[in-house]
Amino acid sequence: MADLITPDLVDLDLSATERGEATRSLAERLQRAGRVTDLEQFLADVRAREAQMPTGLEGGIGIPHCRSVAVVEPTLGFGRSAQGIDWGAADGPAHLIFLIAAPEGGGAEHMGILASLARRLIHASFKESLMQAPDPEAVVTLVKKEVLGQ
Amino acid sequence: MKIVAVTSCPTGIAHTYMAAEALEQAARNHGHEIKVETQGAAGAEAVADADIAGADAVVFAADVEVRNRERFAGKPLVQTSVKRAINDADGLIAEAEAAARSGAGAGGVMAGAAAEARESVAMETAARPETKVDQGAGLGTRLRQWLMTGVSYMIPFVAAGGILIALAFLIGGPEVANKVNGGTFEGTEYQAVEDMSKLIVQAGYAGLLFKIGAVAFSMLVPILAGFIAYAMGDRPALVAGIVGGLIAVEISAGFLGGLIAGLLAGAVVIAIKQVKVPRGMAGIMPVVVIPLVSTFVVGALMLVVIGQPIAALQSGLTDWLQGLGGSNAILLGILLGLMMAFDMGGPVNKVAYAFGLAALASGNLKIMAAVMAAGMTPPLGLALATVVRKSLFTRAERQAGEAAWLLGASFITEGAIPFAAADPLRVIPALMVGSAVTGALVMGFGDESRAPHGGIWVVGLITKPFLWVLAILIGMVVTAAGVIILKSTGKKETEIEPAASREATAAS
Repeated sequence: MADLITPDLVDLDLSATERGEATRSLAERLQRAGRVTDLEQFLADVRAREAQMPTGLEGGIGIPHCRSVAVVEPTLGFGRSAQGIDWGAADGPAHLIFLIAAPEGGGAEHMGILASLARRLIHASFKESLMQAPDPEAVVTLVKKEVLGQ
Repeated sequence: MKIVAVTSCPTGIAHTYMAAEALEQAARNHGHEIKVETQGAAGAEAVADADIAGADAVVFAADVEVRNRERFAGKPLVQTSVKRAINDADGLIAEAEAAARSGAGAGGVMAGAAAEARESVAMETAARPETKVDQGAGLGTRLRQWLMTGVSYMIPFVAAGGILIALAFLIGGPEVANKVNGGTFEGTEYQAVEDMSKLIVQAGYAGLLFKIGAVAFSMLVPILAGFIAYAMGDRPALVAGIVGGLIAVEISAGFLGGLIAGLLAGAVVIAIKQVKVPRGMAGIMPVVVIPLVSTFVVGALMLVVIGQPIAALQSGLTDWLQGLGGSNAILLGILLGLMMAFDMGGPVNKVAYAFGLAALASGNLKIMAAVMAAGMTPPLGLALATVVRKSLFTRAERQAGEAAWLLGASFITEGAIPFAAADPLRVIPALMVGSAVTGALVMGFGDESRAPHGGIWVVGLITKPFLWVLAILIGMVVTAAGVIILKSTGKKETEIEPAASREATAAS
């Protein structure tokens, strides 16, 4: 199984100011990395989930996600935005964006990794470390350590 | 204190686990023990029955139906959205503490407190259709909950479609229906709109409203059937239910046909799920095998077993009505009223309406006046009943009641379907009595209608309009009284409001 996240899936300086735009720029990274086959299909699936209820959560995080046939491997795209992007949460814009891509019909092992990732997102220390991470490699190391225990 | 919780969300990859983590953290911080069952895509590790037995309170943080909730029957319950658990897990744990405390006292006190806790949650999720199926309940209660699930998804279609059609009549006059669908109105022959790009040219903006409303209406029965099946058999059952419902429309089986299709689809899916399959196949069961097999079985049954008798019934009824045509006018009015209200757009209703249309075409205008009036009282009577005795209806039904005024006034009998589908055995007889009274009165008064549809908006085309309206008002009151009486008797209080009833069972 490929790594959940690699440095080229991390954007510590998201220039996008809007939800759709930010999602697209992260999704393009996933596509370039060969994790997503059909970009438009994938974005449509993310939008469909977002339309059910915005995935912004209190504490400045947004977690656009979907299960999609366009996804090859369970993948995390990570973006950080200094100015913040409105993600529909009541308490303000999101600074940490986690684009979670799950393959349609992925096995329990795949889903288990994403589940433990989701669990880490609750922890203030994890979010704080991501806010402080100096470079993409640091993010990858952090996620691997926290989520996979590696 | 010991807590058990279930978390679940639509996609099952993020919120389910975040909510679980948040609840675990919050419970630990408050010094409680908690076991969380994550019903997500990674597969649910079920909480042990022993943990449930020992739990002081149960928390459901779920945006989709909690699976196997019967395991938690009898426990003080706090129910909320998955997002709230993530954003405010501490508050939720505090609510669970409150629920557990009052749960330790008398059962009735508990029901009140939990209902309050639930009410604050309901504010957030009020817009969501109800999908509450209490697996532990008896078959009667579960049947009602299945039907209510289907109905709650159908109501927006009734409201949107019905109001659009009513607006079309208001703006474009009742002939708008003929401008779109073709036919004769007041002696003018209209061509049906074949090419939708010419819809506005041929039928105007009223025609546009009418068409959109009609399309929304065409989904009533499929949605009803689909979500009844969904309530019974979960997502894999949706396709068989919807396809069964579409076939019910195709074979003119009406909403009663839709009820059958939905229940059938749910039952077939439940049956297939009992079959033990090899591990390798288990993955494709919900996406391929169950939908395929259940859709085929339900479709075939609907087309072959249900379709034929309905066609025979319709031609039999038509012959019979024609044979009766000349005899007693009042008796005919009663019969037409009974038929109009029996299935609201279904096969029996269609025979009565077609009989009225045929009479209209041959110059007998009395029958259409009776048919139209009798088709207006079901929604009107129900709307009145929801105002007079609110407590007998669920929140969804009360909302449907608000739209039913306009739908009834516009002779859109379908406005009564949500009520009839949720509780057919009590509602339909009351509707039939009210419509029979109105049908008899209109025939007795000798009203004549030159319009085949339009309701109160074509009152100008009806002779002795005051008597005609009076007949409708009397039928409306009779309907409302009948519904209230039938719903008040032979029904336990707990059945009336499914939401409250669940809390009550949880407390007992």
